[in-house]
Amino acid sequence: MKAHGNVFKYKDNVDTDVIIPARYLNSSKAEELALHCMEDIDKYFVKNVKKGDIMVAGKNFGCGSSREHAPIAIKASGISCVIAETFARIFYRNAINIGLAIIECPDAAKEIEAGDEVEVDFDSGIIYDITKDKKYQGQAFPEFMQKIIKAEGLVNYINTSAS
Amino acid sequence: MGMTMTQKILAAHSGLDKVKAGDLIEARLDLVLGNDITSPVAINVMSGMDVKDVFDKDKIALVMDHFIPNKDIKSAEHCKCVREFARKHDITNYFDVGQMGIEHALLPEKGLVVAGNVVIGADSHTCTYGALGAFSTGVGSTDMAAGMATGKAWFKVPSALKIVLKNKPAEWISGKDVILHLIGKIGVDGALYKSLEFVGDGIKHLSIDDRFSISNMAIEAGAKNGIFPVDDIAAQYMKEHSDKEYTVYEADEDAVYDETIEIDLSTLKPTVSFPHLPENTKTIDNVGEIKIDQAVIGSCTNGHITDLRIAAQILKGKKVAKDVRCIIIPATQEIYLQAIKEGLAEIFITAGAVMSTPTCGPCLGGYMGILAAGERCISTTNRNFVGRMGHVDSEVYLSSPAVAAASAVTGFITDPASL
Ligand code: SF4
Repeated sequence: MKAHGNVFKYKDNVDTDVIIPARYLNSSKAEELALHCMEDIDKYFVKNVKKGDIMVAGKNFGCGSSREHAPIAIKASGISCVIAETFARIFYRNAINIGLAIIECPDAAKEIEAGDEVEVDFDSGIIYDITKDKKYQGQAFPEFMQKIIKAEGLVNYINTSAS
Repeated sequence: MGMTMTQKILAAHSGLDKVKAGDLIEARLDLVLGNDITSPVAINVMSGMDVKDVFDKDKIALVMDHFIPNKDIKSAEHCKCVREFARKHDITNYFDVGQMGIEHALLPEKGLVVAGNVVIGADSHTCTYGALGAFSTGVGSTDMAAGMATGKAWFKVPSALKIVLKNKPAEWISGKDVILHLIGKIGVDGALYKSLEFVGDGIKHLSIDDRFSISNMAIEAGAKNGIFPVDDIAAQYMKEHSDKEYTVYEADEDAVYDETIEIDLSTLKPTVSFPHLPENTKTIDNVGEIKIDQAVIGSCTNGHITDLRIAAQILKGKKVAKDVRCIIIPATQEIYLQAIKEGLAEIFITAGAVMSTPTCGPCLGGYMGILAAGERCISTTNRNFVGRMGHVDSEVYLSSPAVAAASAVTGFITDPASL
């Protein structure tokens, strides 16, 4: 499985309030949330994002509230993978549990720039910046989590292990 | 190699003799929590699972607190969804208008969490119950759904920072100042994925409400949980509020910590977090002249009775400054009633503040005190992110109830000692 797209780049400490502002939390519909994704720090994100695109950010991505609406909004906006130096822990769980691919890789997160064309191989954890012709080894998922991601989230994982 | 307090609780709940940092485990849950924002998502997720019923109707708590009494039709629909789910599954601990409070103040007060428990909640401030010696942490709605269905959750066993609190706090220093000071020191990702384990002789000088404030904001340092040892103060609180049996876990003498940080409580000064991150702290003598439009005293961090008492002590016989809106929100019905009985409500209203029914309200920019562009608020809440309390061009400054009340009186961020 691979992700391939252009990069939207953000800084450190992107919090869940800017990923999806609380004023929209009276909806839990993915498509509706996606319409407001990132709007408080990047008005043009929703307009410009295309299916498959990749988000790259600095440290502590997704800090703040436990709202699963945040990874849901990112996934529904079309983003196929988020690369960051580090993720806030609840965001990390939530992303895995809903099947949004995320990879920690400090070097890639620092060097990849907005607009670069990037390919991510989920099996090997290799991140390839096509624009700069540079490869990075991202953190591979432990087996336990790979199973959840392969099942496309915790729900299917529970369903398959229950049956 | 010994285990930390957190690791011991997790080991005991996974049927293991030993765990170490980084291990992936599946733990048994004593309680699963959700609120009016996160539960509808979890209920929806659970409906997609091949599971008919909840794992234990007594071990789920559903608290309607963020947007209630409902602020609009959409939030009313959300509460309705949760209410119907609670009825269908006969959930024992469902709290709606009239019984509710802000979840993290309510659950300990109702005796639903005790020492040694493992609790997950679909709300990031679930880490609050560490004050009672429980392992509790925030998760997302899918985890909540899985928890309700199976009574279990996966965890990566955290390593820990040991935070040694020493000596008696200086005057006007509350738990809030302690945690803001710590976050200012280690940063909003200073404890990422880790436990904060508080120890030291200073703890005995901190009330249970102070400890709730400290554990509550562990997440603002990125931590998975923030936990206190169980002493007489914690034991007394549990005795008064719960008839559940509890288990006291202590860290091993040779437990391994990533780092040890000492804080001398006697040297702390009231601390304020500047926009737009909790780590942007300044002590009160360095804040300069910051004019405010609003002061909020409440939330799961500082809506406890001791917080209201401190605010009342400062507001008694004084007036809220002419251009300031002062909003005071007791965290639970019981605290609300207590505030009325003790005469605090009268002090607040006479001073020109408003006192509202328990709600998260302004804390997350929901309602009941939203800021317009360019406005500034001093708030006892826990987050000051961009747009957290309203317009993206508004500003939130985080402080203790004493600083917030003193600022309400002068109209500027103010040291309570200067009044
Ligand atoms: S008071 Fe604020 S931080 Fe606490 S649960 Fe409510 S919204 Fe969250």
